Amino acid sequence: MSADKTSTGGREAGQRSGAFDVRIVIGVLLGIYGIVLVVTGLVDTSEAELAKSDGMNINLWAGAGMVVAALVFIVWARLRPLLIPVDYARDEPESGPPTH
Amino acid sequence: MLAAAAADSSLRLDASGVDYALIALYFVFVLGIGYMARRAISNSLDFFLSGRSLPAWITGIAFISANLGAIEIMGMSANGAQYGMPTVHYFWVGAIPAMLFLGVVMMPFYYGSKVRSVPEFMLRRFGPPAHLVNAISFAVAQILIAGINLFLLATIVNVMLGWPIPVSVVVAAVIVLSYITLGGLSAAIYNEVLQFFVIVAALLPLTLLALHRVGGWQGLSERISDPEQMTAWPGNELAGFDSSILSVIGIVFGLGFVLSFGYWTTNFVEVQRAMASKSMNASRRTPIIGAFPKMFVPFIVIIPGMIAAVIVPELRQGKADGTADYNNALLYLINDLLPTGMLGVAITGLLASFMAGMAANVSAFNTVFSYDIWQDYIVKDRPDGYYLGVGRIMTVVATVGAIGTAFIASQYSNLMDYLQQLFSFFNAPLFATFILGMFWKRMTPTAGWVGLVAGTATAVTVAFLSEDAFGSFSVGVLPLSGQGVSFVGAGAAFVVDILVSYFVTLATRPKPESQLVGLVYSLTPKESFHDPRDDRESWYQRPTLLAGIALAMVIVLNFMFG
Repeated sequence: MSADKTSTGGREAGQRSGAFDVRIVIGVLLGIYGIVLVVTGLVDTSEAELAKSDGMNINLWAGAGMVVAALVFIVWARLRPLLIPVDYARDEPESGPPTH
Repeated sequence: MLAAAAADSSLRLDASGVDYALIALYFVFVLGIGYMARRAISNSLDFFLSGRSLPAWITGIAFISANLGAIEIMGMSANGAQYGMPTVHYFWVGAIPAMLFLGVVMMPFYYGSKVRSVPEFMLRRFGPPAHLVNAISFAVAQILIAGINLFLLATIVNVMLGWPIPVSVVVAAVIVLSYITLGGLSAAIYNEVLQFFVIVAALLPLTLLALHRVGGWQGLSERISDPEQMTAWPGNELAGFDSSILSVIGIVFGLGFVLSFGYWTTNFVEVQRAMASKSMNASRRTPIIGAFPKMFVPFIVIIPGMIAAVIVPELRQGKADGTADYNNALLYLINDLLPTGMLGVAITGLLASFMAGMAANVSAFNTVFSYDIWQDYIVKDRPDGYYLGVGRIMTVVATVGAIGTAFIASQYSNLMDYLQQLFSFFNAPLFATFILGMFWKRMTPTAGWVGLVAGTATAVTVAFLSEDAFGSFSVGVLPLSGQGVSFVGAGAAFVVDILVSYFVTLATRPKPESQLVGLVYSLTPKESFHDPRDDRESWYQRPTLLAGIALAMVIVLNFMFG
């Protein structure tokens, strides 16, 4: 049904929703957080900081985790881009069963 | 840590440049989303369309994120610090069954009958008096809850900058006002989803680190002196009953049935998330999918609270001599464990949820006050711009009101006690009236509002007669304290509301059946529950199947931690 509309219009709408795709927004924010934390974890390894977090370099580990999560969101958004349905009745197939 | 313990104002978060940068970055994102949403007026349709075409996992997360506010995070960790594992009842008994019930039983009805909000249902089912009572009680509840959010926000400002609480409250109020004005609400659903992940990014590492510190689950069990705090049932201390049987009844009926069904099935904000879905089944799936992350949230809020109670010196001391202020449990833990970097992420998560929570309360108050009260009953038939103006003034009024209620909130050493109290006043009677009105066609308009008023009055009376619900104003005739007051109050409000509605109905005139089609279950044709847009869906998308899986999982969790 979306093919009824001109393809450029459809693609533009798709791209626009791409910029607003919440997965991209989450991915970019978590990515920046992750990188900042990893750098902080590598640079600031003073004894005092490590002792505070019980000998674990929490910045490094949490930062790495966030970078991985960010990549998952961005890859997911790339693989299954969000399209704005031109017709309400035609609904977007959902991305599989809920994962949790 | 030594320095922190030595200082007499014991709690002070030492944020540095990196932390502030991470906090600032988040708000750049939030304001950026709001700005893009607002600037692209011709695009705004696309913007919201794409919102409606989002997969159900996003609306499901927005559904629980609207609820994962300050109160849940700080309140549940405080509750965990005070009562331990029984706090999980707020999730596994007090939320999941009601969310599944909403998705399976009530959503078809809401969606099929095209009622968009709870006040609207009241207006159509019972007419103006019930609508007015509902609108006023909702508006009052929003201001009281906004006060809790504001108080928590002020606590953060206080521990970061060291300003006294009254100054922090006013400053926090100004911050929230500008946040609302700058368009932080235009993209509410996006911010809610974003906020959910920032909160997880903050709390998950904190929980793992804290568990590492106490030596895992085993280590925590060894350090908690009261073994009852390590298992969920029977939860005597939480419910405030000496008898285990009464405690289980109180939790299952008071919390699990009346309070939680009242909250989850009639709450304006949450129900509307599901109402905005693209089809009948999508709307039913929204709360059901939300139930999956919801059942794991207790692990990252309650467990940190429990660990805080054993490793934070101030809380351990306070728990021993009964003077602990549990509301800050999570802040103590963050302060003691997180280094620069993670500290910034944690503060961001907390700030984000407090501001979004208060902004949601203020805007819900605005909408209901301007349209449901002012336009319908006070100044009618003015152009739309006039009511927008009223709304703007009300934003300021609501914020000033919240400053007042923040001081009420500050009187409670456990904010969950207070919040559940409010729910017993407002949500429990509403649920009774709602469910009776939905299934009993004879119930009259007069019974609608009289029942609500009687129910609320009952819950307030129970709180007044208890030992501590109103602090020194409570007279102590009933041997109830803690959250047991709200469980009993909610149960009593429910029963009284039903009884009063029943007897008033017998004495007054019902509405003609023709006006109740689509509003009362027995008068609504079943075909209106079927949505042709759902015909192409796969078997695994069936709401009842998903709900069954969620229910099975939550039962398993209850056995594992029971």
